[in-house]
Amino acid sequence: MHLTPSGLSIPGPSRRTMLRGIGGAAALGAGVPLLSACGGGSGSAADPKTVSLGSNASDAVPKKAFAEIYAAFKKQSGITVDVNTKDHNTFQEQINSYLQGTPDDVFHWFAGYRMQFFAAKGLATEIDEVWDKIGGNFPEAMKGLSKGEDGKYYFVPLYTYPWALFYRKSVFAEKGYEVPTTWDELVALCKQMEKDKLVPIAFGDKDAWPALGTFDQINFRTNGYDFHVELMAGKASWTDAKVRKVFDLWAELLPYHQEGAVGRTWQDAAQTLVSKKAGMYLLGTFVGQQFTNQADLDDLDFFAFPEIDPAYGQDTVEAPTDGFMMSKAPKNKAGAVELLEFLGTPEAEQIYLKADPNVVAASTKADTSSYSPLQKKAFEMISGAKSLTQFMDRDSRPDFTSTVMQPALQKFVRDPKGVDNLLSSIERQKKTIFAS
Amino acid sequence: MTTTPTTSPEAATPPPGSGPAAETTDKKVPRGHRRLLTRRDRLTLGLMAGLPTILHVALVWVTALASIALAFATWDGIGFDSIKWVGLQNFRELFTINPQFWPAVQHNIIWFAALILIPTPLGLFLAVQLDKQIRFSRVYQTAFFLPVVVSMAVIGFVWQLVYNPDTGLINSLIGANQPGHYIDWIGDPDLNLWAILIAASWRHAGYMMILYLAGLKSVDPSLREASALDGANEWQTFKSVIFPTLRPTNTVVLVVTIIEALRAFDLVFVFNKGAEGTELLSILVTNNIIGESSRIGYGSAIAVVLLVISLAVIIPYLIATFRKERQA
Repeated sequence: MHLTPSGLSIPGPSRRTMLRGIGGAAALGAGVPLLSACGGGSGSAADPKTVSLGSNASDAVPKKAFAEIYAAFKKQSGITVDVNTKDHNTFQEQINSYLQGTPDDVFHWFAGYRMQFFAAKGLATEIDEVWDKIGGNFPEAMKGLSKGEDGKYYFVPLYTYPWALFYRKSVFAEKGYEVPTTWDELVALCKQMEKDKLVPIAFGDKDAWPALGTFDQINFRTNGYDFHVELMAGKASWTDAKVRKVFDLWAELLPYHQEGAVGRTWQDAAQTLVSKKAGMYLLGTFVGQQFTNQADLDDLDFFAFPEIDPAYGQDTVEAPTDGFMMSKAPKNKAGAVELLEFLGTPEAEQIYLKADPNVVAASTKADTSSYSPLQKKAFEMISGAKSLTQFMDRDSRPDFTSTVMQPALQKFVRDPKGVDNLLSSIERQKKTIFAS
Repeated sequence: MTTTPTTSPEAATPPPGSGPAAETTDKKVPRGHRRLLTRRDRLTLGLMAGLPTILHVALVWVTALASIALAFATWDGIGFDSIKWVGLQNFRELFTINPQFWPAVQHNIIWFAALILIPTPLGLFLAVQLDKQIRFSRVYQTAFFLPVVVSMAVIGFVWQLVYNPDTGLINSLIGANQPGHYIDWIGDPDLNLWAILIAASWRHAGYMMILYLAGLKSVDPSLREASALDGANEWQTFKSVIFPTLRPTNTVVLVVTIIEALRAFDLVFVFNKGAEGTELLSILVTNNIIGESSRIGYGSAIAVVLLVISLAVIIPYLIATFRKERQA
């Protein structure tokens, strides 16, 4: 139903920017959203030698790495990239109003549902012509991740990182543990670690998203990739026996997780792995950031989440992917296309990875010779995967995952009884959210 | 209090001579000079009064009314085409299937009750003690008031260092960060609200102390003398003489505390983002509205509930205040 704009045409935007303003200020203490909502683009309108780019790479390491990519692009094409960097979280919170206002020509974003959502809303430009050039650089799974619901390309992936179970090689060697490949072996290993006075699985869910990752792993190992996608898309039911099975398995493993997870950040949980108090930790490769001592980092290793149902084995890998999109009406489209083509080349990825070794290239053609052993392993895991998932909040509606799933899983983690009530509550809320 | 003369007959009639005199002088002055304001003055005044009015209407009234309107719609914040009117559906969902809503209402009430029962009497007690001109009273006053100066967000960070279950002060001291006997101050829903309320009370007591100190300063010393002469002891004096004179202060304290309980947000948001056990209405509003694909209609519905609760508290207060003024 379309509404008559009268009466709402004025309050709408002012209210939204207001709320965003309040929210941004409250959450981050930074009162700049009104400015950033209309930032970028200005002045570069008529200049064919400039492409504006909205960046969420506000941390020092990625910011510098991206700057080097843009410098290389300028050298090659003569086009200047006018970067408009915003705080990472602020960028995410304001992406809505940013894309509806006067966005930059090209902007940073995430693959998966989050990309498809804005593509379907007409807030991005399809870039099939870019993919005609760069298509050969990427494996099939990455191509799938870059397409909108209409089958057209909207996204150029740059880097990715897998989720897996991390451990210390020295701890496994000292105690004679072996990498588990099946669920039973995993449970047996947990029991053994407990006997050895180790916390079997480090866990911190204070930020509410890490538990989503545990759910993802158990779900696609138990029910396969296709069911996982259906569930994330709101098509499958949360009261399905298949979902119940996931929670039953999780409840079996939960006693081996670190106590008091809801009050602990992932950084603190990672410290228990660093200090060898915990045996394993399920997280993305960014856990390496917590290993500040090089010797400790060299001791870090990981293995894929063990097989649960042999029908699905370990063929699905959770690998959130970050990259770029083109906004709905770029001022310099030709330049933006050229930039995206450059970003899709192995060279661009290599420049990035040299500066930020916690992730791996999305392209299979990138030179892996400078990779650390950990990066090499991550790269092999991703390129060998039959299907790639993103992460629950990237594969499903973010409003559903943040307002329903995050609190629900925190509740489950703290008190695994009462799953049935929890699941029917999730299902009821899901229906209303996906219906809107 | 001393404005009664306006209604008395004496005051209604102008002082002899002044009325007609003013009229005659008025008539003598040329017409052009009757306007005391030049065009520029009027423009300045217009801007000074007009701009804030426009801003106020646009940013307060229009947004509040738009919020109420949107509570009856679903909207993801992208384009106006996507606004869908759904009637009372948001409220129905809120009251029936949102597992966080009723806990949030309950926690807002607990927040108010706790603030009024613990830090408020404590603040009164401190104020009475400091009012006795004891030695170093300024030092104590400063110490107790200090938390009020610090922003709630910073208080949240500071108390997290105390409560952190792994590395925090309390658990490190009592050894409750070991597997087996582990106290999760932040994650356990039976504990976390109270843990936060202690931090909130820590600040609120200083606030209340200052309000009561100001109230006590205005108590007429002769009342104390009189009660001393009558042979009342300290407690009797306080109970029967001092406390009744603090009535206006108590009203202010009540209103301030209600407002504090309804707007509670920053401390909890910093502490654990309103996870299980610490849900608050303000946090639910934020969680639903902020983000990339927001549930603006749903969040607005929660905001409307918060607004209704606020009005239910504020309107009786305003009525009572106005009635008092009219009587005076």
